[in-house]
Amino acid sequence: MCLGVPARVIRVEDNEALVAVGSVEYKASLLLLEDIKEGDYIILHAGFAIEKVDPVEAGETLKLFLEIEKDFPE
Amino acid sequence: MKYVDEYRDRELIETVSQEIKKISKKNISVMEVCGGHTMAIHRFALNTMLPDTIRLLSGPGCPVCVSSQSFIDTAVEYSKISGMIIATYGDLIRVPGSHSSLEKEKSNGSDIRIIYSVLEGLEIARANPERTVIFPGIGFETTSPATAATVIKAKRENISNFFVLSAHKIMPPVMKALVEDGVRLNGFIAPGHVSAITGSVIYNDLASRYGLSVVISGFEPLDIMQSILMLVRQIEAAHPQVEIQYKRVVNKEGNKIAQELVNHVFRTCNDDWRGLGMITSSGLSLCDEFAEFNPKRHFRINVPETIEPKGCICGNILRGMKTPPDCKNFAKECTPMNPMGACMVSSEGTCATYYKYRN
Ligand code: SF4
Repeated sequence: MCLGVPARVIRVEDNEALVAVGSVEYKASLLLLEDIKEGDYIILHAGFAIEKVDPVEAGETLKLFLEIEKDFPE
Repeated sequence: MKYVDEYRDRELIETVSQEIKKISKKNISVMEVCGGHTMAIHRFALNTMLPDTIRLLSGPGCPVCVSSQSFIDTAVEYSKISGMIIATYGDLIRVPGSHSSLEKEKSNGSDIRIIYSVLEGLEIARANPERTVIFPGIGFETTSPATAATVIKAKRENISNFFVLSAHKIMPPVMKALVEDGVRLNGFIAPGHVSAITGSVIYNDLASRYGLSVVISGFEPLDIMQSILMLVRQIEAAHPQVEIQYKRVVNKEGNKIAQELVNHVFRTCNDDWRGLGMITSSGLSLCDEFAEFNPKRHFRINVPETIEPKGCICGNILRGMKTPPDCKNFAKECTPMNPMGACMVSSEGTCATYYKYRN
């Protein structure tokens, strides 16, 4: 029950969003977040959007991995 | 899937593994607190990609597992009241209590409904005004804001037949209790989604006062491997601090809206943890303004004396002192189909995870 997954926001209506995890759609309550719009990614946990996924930071994390890789050319 | 696939890249995981092997010199133990991390570590066999210097311990971060036996027994007793509906997260119904489980009561005719979101519990109450609905509130900082938001909604909409049996728990006190209890640790892989709500600040004194390294981690294999690398770097440099690996979701301050809702509806209380006993200020109970939602105010029940399942060592497993194969029931009498203890019930439970990936 305690797992959270990244989900893409398809539509926002008042305090609720329709979101997709892969091809499966869920309802996500937006009572815990502000300023969510279509195309955003949120973490879905027990029917609630608990936080927004920050695309810039996501890219930075991946860049770090690629940097380690440079140290290991083979 | 975006934000999933790119963090499962086998080659990159291997690269991080090589880097860890290169720099790890000291023998260390780190604990992954969250059941979601335990699952990912075993599913992707990350433990096999670490050098012998690093020992991973599983911690008390599966909400169903840490729910005390008396909490289960209390929920079972409420379910027997006529006209009662128990609306609960799915895993909880299978946890064996002292004498029964919610699942058994359901087959005896009690009205027990599985919900995915606590808001569904409120909707059941609204649709059945002549009945009473109790929601057993379990979960950590990730889950309590949803309960708080729902209680506020119930109050605003004057729904008076919805109640919350709160066993919500908070994470830092139990992490400290483990260390004070003598569990030898160098650091924590800290829970990503708890921290999304609370911010990274809640762990500051684990580093400053307890000298522990803390890295808040995402849930994909690459996230976890990078978190271990960050921990090893800190520990090798003898420089314990709180770092965030899961920056795409976690920041210092956390989700302020969620924090305010929780502070408005709940206050901290001493709470009972399976295997760990009472821990000071580690739980949340409804504050006076919302006390009307506490079922204890409205219904009298007699909870029988607690009996712990025979031979079950969940308690020691939740403290990182034992692993499931140390239990003589593991994969014999105790399986996910027929769980004897809470750690075998939930898919995030350590015993269930070990069972699933045992070969
Ligand atoms: S295997 Fe079963 S009985 Fe043994 S500790 Fe785990 S849950 Fe308890």
